Amino acid sequence: MSRHEDIAAAVCGVAPLPRDDEGPVFREPWEAQAFAMAVTLHERGVFTWAEWAAALSAEISRAQAVGDPDLGDSYYRHWLKALEQLVAEKGVSSAAALEARRQAWDRAAHATPHGQPILLENDPLAKD
Amino acid sequence: MHDHRNAEHHHRSHDHDGHDHGHEHEGSELSEMALRVKALESILVEKGYVDPAALDVLIETYETKIGPRNGAKVVAKAWADPAFRDWLRQDATAAIWSLGFTGRQGEHIVTVENTPTTHNMVVCTLCSCYPWPVLGLPPVWYKSAPYRSRAVMDPRGVLADFGVTLPETTEIRVWDSTAETRYLVIPMRPAGTEGWSEDELAALVTRDSMIGTGLARDPKEVRP
Repeated sequence: MSRHEDIAAAVCGVAPLPRDDEGPVFREPWEAQAFAMAVTLHERGVFTWAEWAAALSAEISRAQAVGDPDLGDSYYRHWLKALEQLVAEKGVSSAAALEARRQAWDRAAHATPHGQPILLENDPLAKD
Repeated sequence: MHDHRNAEHHHRSHDHDGHDHGHEHEGSELSEMALRVKALESILVEKGYVDPAALDVLIETYETKIGPRNGAKVVAKAWADPAFRDWLRQDATAAIWSLGFTGRQGEHIVTVENTPTTHNMVVCTLCSCYPWPVLGLPPVWYKSAPYRSRAVMDPRGVLADFGVTLPETTEIRVWDSTAETRYLVIPMRPAGTEGWSEDELAALVTRDSMIGTGLARDPKEVRP
């Protein structure tokens, strides 16, 4: 650690900067999909970009307050959480509906043999 | 193109434990984050808000077409063409749009020029506002709390972390991006590049130099 980093860490109480090369934009597919959904909903007029920035920064602050070191790698987690909240606030889908659907996908995944596409229809409880 | 639909099929997130992996050879596993994204996406598709194919096109665009090379062309043109540089000073958004770099998060771009006496650095202290059309999506450190807080409190220390040391007499200005205004730093043109083409000049412009955490490349790296 350089002298500057020592001083800065002492002053701000934060870790050194995470670094990256000009590597992949998204680390996992879900990050890309969460990104694209927010951009699309904004373009559909579901929320303004100012509303989006406010929701995202509020979520980042909340996560930091409960101990997220917030080194940039958790960014799309905050992004998705902010998106879920805005979607609920705007009446597009309730938190309960999202949770029920998450559980359905989890059951569908477990019911899908390895290597085959996971489809929502594979949820054993969906067949009624 | 990547398959964004099923590429996470075998992914098992480290934070998703509690299952006995040994007994689940038959089924598949999605990470907690992948499940939440699939839940949201499938509901949005059903309600007609999003089209999965359009999402894939959008993702591919940001992964392969929109990136810091766009900004490098803007900087190279500003170096080579005084009329374009003046246009950037007056209305950077329009000047940048004239090169075809339009679109999301590029509605209001302001360029800030480095000089021997002033160095500019960009941050978004609240979230991660960033000029997507010219720089693509932000690097991980730009989105991190240490950068967001230290860029304002200790810009010289941050620059040292990036290996940049400026004379004590150089003033460092830190610009805080917002949902409305995005900044693009025009780094100083390296000496010894007189007569270079815009393409050659663009090769000197790094992403970090346009955020202000770096300088343009040494011309000898490009044309020994």
